[in-house]
Amino acid sequence: MKTSSLPLISVQNLTVEFGTREGPVTAVRDVSFDLARGETLGIVGESGSGKSVTSFALMGILDANGQVAQGEMTYSGIDLRRASPRQMRDIRGREISMIFQNPRSALNPIRKVGLQIEDILREHAVAVGGHARRQAVELLDRVRIRDPEKRYHAYPHELSGGMCQRVVIALALACKPRVLIADEPTTGLDVTTQKTIMDLIRDLATEQGLSTILITHDLGLAANYCGRIVVMKRGEVVEAAPVDVLFGAPRHPYTRALIEATPRRSGTVRALLPPDDFRHGQPDPKPRCRALSAPLLTVEGLTKEFGAEGSGFGWLPWRKGVETDKAFRAVDDLSFELHAGESLGLVGESGCGKSTTSMMIMRLLDPTQGSVRLDGEEISAIPSSKFARHPARAKLQFVFQDPTDSLNPRFTAARCISDPILRLGKLEGGKAVKARVEELADLVNLPLELLSRFPHQLSGGQKARVGIARAVALNPSLLILDEPTAALDVSVQAVVLNLLADLRAQLGMSYLFVSHDLNVVRLLCERVVVMRAGIIVEEGATDQVMTTPKTAYTRELLASSPEPPPTLGALEAAE
Amino acid sequence: MADVTAFKAGVKPRNHIVYILTENPVSIVAIAGFAVIVFAAIFGPLVAPYDPLATNVAISLHPPSWDHWFGTDQLGRDVFSRVLVAARLDLMISVSAVALSFVIGATIGSAAGYFGGWTDRITGRVVDTIMAFPLFVLAMGIVAALGNTVENIIYATAIINVPFYARVARAEAAIRRTAGFVQAAKLSGNSDLRILATQVFPNALPPMAVQASLNMGWAILNAAGLSFIGLGVRPPTPEWGIMVAEGANFIISGEWWLAIFPGLALMLTVFTFNLLGDALRDIVDPRQRT
Amino acid sequence: MKSWARLRMVLGRVGQALPALFGVIVVTFILTRALPGDPAVYFAGPAADEASIQQIREALGLDRPLYEQFVYYLGDLASGNLGVSISTGQPVLEELARRLPASLELTLGALLLSLAIAIPMGVLAATNPGRPIDHICRVIATAGVSLPTFFTGIALVFVFYYLLGWSPAPIGRLDFAYLSPPPITGFYTIDALLDGDPETAMAAAGQLLLPMITLALFTLAPIARMTRGAMLQALGSDFIRTAKAAGLSQRVILIRYAFRNAMLPVITTLGMVFSFTLGANVLVEKVFAWPGIGSFAVDALVVSDYAAVQGFVLTMAMLFVLLNLLIDIAYTLIDPRIEANG
Repeated sequence: MKTSSLPLISVQNLTVEFGTREGPVTAVRDVSFDLARGETLGIVGESGSGKSVTSFALMGILDANGQVAQGEMTYSGIDLRRASPRQMRDIRGREISMIFQNPRSALNPIRKVGLQIEDILREHAVAVGGHARRQAVELLDRVRIRDPEKRYHAYPHELSGGMCQRVVIALALACKPRVLIADEPTTGLDVTTQKTIMDLIRDLATEQGLSTILITHDLGLAANYCGRIVVMKRGEVVEAAPVDVLFGAPRHPYTRALIEATPRRSGTVRALLPPDDFRHGQPDPKPRCRALSAPLLTVEGLTKEFGAEGSGFGWLPWRKGVETDKAFRAVDDLSFELHAGESLGLVGESGCGKSTTSMMIMRLLDPTQGSVRLDGEEISAIPSSKFARHPARAKLQFVFQDPTDSLNPRFTAARCISDPILRLGKLEGGKAVKARVEELADLVNLPLELLSRFPHQLSGGQKARVGIARAVALNPSLLILDEPTAALDVSVQAVVLNLLADLRAQLGMSYLFVSHDLNVVRLLCERVVVMRAGIIVEEGATDQVMTTPKTAYTRELLASSPEPPPTLGALEAAE
Repeated sequence: MADVTAFKAGVKPRNHIVYILTENPVSIVAIAGFAVIVFAAIFGPLVAPYDPLATNVAISLHPPSWDHWFGTDQLGRDVFSRVLVAARLDLMISVSAVALSFVIGATIGSAAGYFGGWTDRITGRVVDTIMAFPLFVLAMGIVAALGNTVENIIYATAIINVPFYARVARAEAAIRRTAGFVQAAKLSGNSDLRILATQVFPNALPPMAVQASLNMGWAILNAAGLSFIGLGVRPPTPEWGIMVAEGANFIISGEWWLAIFPGLALMLTVFTFNLLGDALRDIVDPRQRT
Repeated sequence: MKSWARLRMVLGRVGQALPALFGVIVVTFILTRALPGDPAVYFAGPAADEASIQQIREALGLDRPLYEQFVYYLGDLASGNLGVSISTGQPVLEELARRLPASLELTLGALLLSLAIAIPMGVLAATNPGRPIDHICRVIATAGVSLPTFFTGIALVFVFYYLLGWSPAPIGRLDFAYLSPPPITGFYTIDALLDGDPETAMAAAGQLLLPMITLALFTLAPIARMTRGAMLQALGSDFIRTAKAAGLSQRVILIRYAFRNAMLPVITTLGMVFSFTLGANVLVEKVFAWPGIGSFAVDALVVSDYAAVQGFVLTMAMLFVLLNLLIDIAYTLIDPRIEANG
């Protein structure tokens, strides 16, 4: 049987260019891969790798300034590059479907979700009239949406992100396509939701005999759900292999670095670095031990309610949607301690109150109730607006989640770093400040020539370093890290995590590490606190929580985060 | 689409301006037009061929000729000289009005956006009340109440322009109030006022400058409209709006040049400012282009 | 149950218009008292003697404290007493009520005309970005906002009346040769048609056409610009990509997905457009000797007939508040997301 051995989708030497004002820019270069029937293929790469552009080219939905410059794309023998717009429209949705990240914005905000499914059924003449409606409800049922009759009438804003993604999947599978392309389908969703969505896609694929392409930045996720993985870097394919081969014997150094950089349930911070980094095999930096006497930070009964203070001015056009009717308890009677030199992880999914907690400790937000003591001094009573000039300000510093957003676009890197020194530092004279800024840049491995640059001229990793340098400029005793690597690529994350570990060993600070990812938090923290819906569900030594979690929620959290298969090196080490 | 936006990083600002100008040659025309207008406003009275106020009934209502490029009016005054000299007064009114409303709007708007709370509510109420009027009608009412003078035209035009700046400034400040770099500045020990002045305001300035240049044309139109209906400037002072109003009486009998030339001058001036505003917006934020 | 919620939201919107109305009344009150010198002198007019000024002062309550004056002012408004126009000798309210239909006919006609042209123009420009049609629309839009309405009106009169002779003389709503139709709606064109008099209807439409086009040219630009921008934004959004990837046809994507979403921001900016239109209306009425409230106010301004001017400002503001309320209600009914935001 010759036909069955033919791949369903074949991409050969694909090159995609975008017309920009600096002339054409190649986003994808000479990319080739096949998708076999029933297969699940992963395309993995960091930002700028061209993985999404490849799939857009395949679907014929590139932006207006993008075009396929070279190469062949076929779907079961049909030449996709030369297909007429009408043919392509029939193929899209009917033969090949696609789902995207940000499910909420992927749906028409002012049309009932049921009707959006019906639109597609009608377009492809799969069903008409009342039949289409029945089928739409059936589809909602099939993507495991409870009460589908009722949800048919829902608008996207009435559904959660995970629910919206289910609707998008229902849309994509409405006309029983043979290929599903999932472009970062779970980015931005919580890990537990990620797992249910990915499981759903896998189950539906098996039921309907779908072939799937999963496009993701997460090597661990791809390894868990795909048979074969294509690794892309800067628009080119660097390696393509079945999962066990890829992890067992990666051939390309980039693949190897990527595998090492992916956080796992075990392993050291140093091991995240690429194998050719001299620190790769070294033991982790040891934090300076201090006598565990009085706690550095004590949080007691900390509570924050939002929306309680209704002002009755919601009618102002620009205040529409600002106010909520009911008081909502984001953080509920939270208590914990942090000792000098210690590192504590604060872990939970979105909306669990972890960021609100860190903002309150940071004194950027006033708590509704409760106390925060730093070095024995009560600081929660000082209003956040007055705290800027308080002596304790310098002791408490913060590293922000988004390195771009946290730097003033009109300040140079040096000016950003010097800001706290100028305001709160005891240094006199421009020379001393300049010297200190350069010292800090050295400390975070930021090349001195980058100091005169503006944020938009720096890479994500460099911006993160500027933010860290600014945070440690005043030698704080407590540094709160709010998802400091969530906006970074894994390879950059590896470097930044190592930097944070080094800084802690050198400067003897305490960290409060806020994150959604236990696998990242455990690399830097001796103790973790797991939060859910504003309260602490579990607290304990990191190793104990990771290996023998006491609560079902922590177990679920751990089980949800995808664990890549062990590398060959790790297997050998175990033997 | 992170893959695509990555390419846009690293474009130098100066290249960006050159790009905007070459991609949209209309901007160059606008800059040239602006130069002419500024020249007329500064040197108009010096280069005008005739005294704009000198009457000569012997040559009244002459059509355009070599001696009188734009013809003469019912009192025999040279229309070209009057149009030229009027540029200064028209620009003076609108520039002062826009400057005044820019300062007031920017101050109350950014304070409202940054501090929120009561500051926001009170300024919001004031701005909303101004916006509850058709703005030109409000300007009429203000001039009628304050008295029929040029200064009051400026005040009225400024008041009806304030809401635009206040809204832009408020929106820009409100976005940045929660931005990471503002939070970081608080952590660095900056006071609220200092943050407003060094972090929030400089970043909100470009969109407000765009708003100013886009509003400039509208301010000129409003001021001219007010003098067209007989407010503010009085004859025989040369001013475009009043010249059109006077010329309107002659249009039905065919003496078109009295109204058309000052009207064209007004239109081209406003057009120039609108084009400049567009170009400025493209430079400041290409995505906002509509 | 859902329709009840909708009704409640509509009523809420009506309630939200009240503070704006109150603000309008306060400002007009302040404007009345802000008159330089003695307001009573102004309201009495130039020919008044000492006794009549005193009479006016007492009638206006100018000898009482400010808050009391305000209460009187409110009382006067409630009873429809806007004072007497010194130029015509009639109560201001009557004068305004008689002229309002003429202004409304002109304004609404112009708005409908410009919506009918501007929205398709904006959509065309947005669906062909960078193409000639886009550039043409851009130039028209920029030129449109640059046009002083009073100048466009005069230029149109010169071309279509003086040069070509296609248009009737710019002397109001109807030539003297015709009798005005029996008032039903107050709109001459519609009343004449209801009366079964197509000839008068044509004549009225002929008079209406030039001022309507003048006004429409001015409002065209902001609507077209906004439509283009909103349409471009809608077309660039994620749900359009989803719709494309699902193979929906261009027509469905354009109309059902992009256009409907794009109309929401356009509706909200219509308020601003109304503001411009009502202002420009005054100038156009003056140019075409249109017997509406705008030209009444301009004439009153010239002779310092303050009661008439205040009455006019108040009427226009109320009209505008009402129009904004209608926009708000329309928006509430169209956008399902409003519910979630309260």
